[in-house]
Amino acid sequence: MTGGNGAGSTPTRVEDRGTSWLDASGSDHEIVLSTRVRLARNLQGYVFSVRAGAEDRLGILDRVRGALAATGRLEEGGVLWEMADLEPVDRRLLHERHIVSRELIGPDDGTPPVGAALAITSSGPCGLMINEEDHLRLQSLRNGMELEAAWGEVSALDEALGRELPFAFHHEFGFLTCCPTNVGTGLRASVLLHLPGLVLTKEISKVLQGISQVGLTYRGLYGEGSDIVGNFFQISNQTTLGKSESDLVDHLREIVGQVVEYEKRARAVLLREAPNVLEDKVWRAYGILRHARSLSFDETMNLLSGVRLGLTLKLLRTPRVRTLNEIMIFAQSAHLERRAGRTLDEGDADVYRASLVRERLAAESGDGSSPGEPRPDADKSTR
Amino acid sequence: MLCERCQERTAEVHLTTIENDEMATVHLCAKCAEGQGISFTAAASAPLADFLAQISGGAEELPQGVRGEPCPYCGNSSDDFRRTGRLGCPECYAHFEGQLRGLLRRIHGSTQHVGRLYLGAGTGAEDRHTKLRSLRLRLDRAVELEDFEAAAELRDQIHLLEGSER
Ligand SMILES: [Zn+2]
Ligand SMILES: [Zn+2]
Repeated sequence: MTGGNGAGSTPTRVEDRGTSWLDASGSDHEIVLSTRVRLARNLQGYVFSVRAGAEDRLGILDRVRGALAATGRLEEGGVLWEMADLEPVDRRLLHERHIVSRELIGPDDGTPPVGAALAITSSGPCGLMINEEDHLRLQSLRNGMELEAAWGEVSALDEALGRELPFAFHHEFGFLTCCPTNVGTGLRASVLLHLPGLVLTKEISKVLQGISQVGLTYRGLYGEGSDIVGNFFQISNQTTLGKSESDLVDHLREIVGQVVEYEKRARAVLLREAPNVLEDKVWRAYGILRHARSLSFDETMNLLSGVRLGLTLKLLRTPRVRTLNEIMIFAQSAHLERRAGRTLDEGDADVYRASLVRERLAAESGDGSSPGEPRPDADKSTR
Repeated sequence: MLCERCQERTAEVHLTTIENDEMATVHLCAKCAEGQGISFTAAASAPLADFLAQISGGAEELPQGVRGEPCPYCGNSSDDFRRTGRLGCPECYAHFEGQLRGLLRRIHGSTQHVGRLYLGAGTGAEDRHTKLRSLRLRLDRAVELEDFEAAAELRDQIHLLEGSER
């Protein structure tokens, strides 16, 4: 995270939280942007959120807050934010960082659901949404391919909270969820992959078909029903019942490992068969991002995909992968509005986006075209 | 935005490709995307309600509840469920149990949970005897349902626990 806060102080402002998963620290982080594991849990004795009135929802929030406090997970930088207490732009900010769902924050121009809250625990990047579709959605979001670590964290939080709260559990069906597609383990593990090589070599359809045939599913960057932009694909387990948590996680890891191998092979093929075309694409993408004065979000994502590919193929030396990750998140509308300090219409946002991208790339450019800027490889991290 | 291929339906899939050395984004409707082997609707956005609509031909598979009555605890009816794909409360699972089983089998290929056990708040996770009893109950159930994969998994768990007892 931003190391700039005073020693010992942990950021409690919304804009400082939920970005640690962008730090390009995880395994295979050039291809695997992030790993997420979530567990759905509900409390016995309450109706599910969809049917719950304000009193129930606030009662649930209170119980969960108490349970979190009892486990000590709100100490030392742990936070619990009720969505209704946050500024609308901050709610959107959290959504753009992929740590709260659309369902939790409600419509952009409306109020969030009663009792909807996000907790981020003191230990690591783990947290939970409260009063989402299920009463609790425990989640861990990490950089790179880190399924074991993410599962380990969520699992520990689940055990701790399960001692404090009466989870709805059925001897045959397992953990009970509002939607029967989540029942059993309540576990959804997903990995966000950047697969330009498979897209460019037209192998992607085959791979995605294969994925669907082995009990996994895929979608775009922004969760259920979302578009596929920037060659990002999110792969996750389709079923939650009849297999143990570790089997579900192992299976996903195995298949994703294969997809990563296919992607590497496809990139090697591209580099061998069409090096000039590829190099041109990459530099054009970089050039546009570096100099454009107006960029739509989709265009930005697609160009970033080209630059990311160029980096991993060593056709480009800068920027860092981490910077690309950050641009992906910070170039979204709520982030731009935070930066601008006002609401932006689409045209304004495109101009602000282009300026943000130029600034971030210039700060790391190694081509000497921006006088006064840091020299190549001026990597801030000490090695 | 309209689908570039059929110019009829709304484009839902936006995919970046290289055609003739040109990087381009194609905008396709779900159906045309499917024609290209990208089964977007099935994989990406199938809410359970759509799924239920698709299989509602086999109406006996849908939760009817005990004598067709709504859940006594939350009032959720089988119509509510069909419309939303959501259950109303934990008790709905018991109320709609018989009919849910068929649905769960279709969705998950199984009805028997074999993952983490939950013994209730306030219990330590180490109550081995309770755990074993519950595992054996679930094993009986899995065998009864001829869910052999689940049964094998449960047997492994039981052996593991029994082993740690000695
Ligand atoms: Zn079409
Ligand atoms: Zn009910």
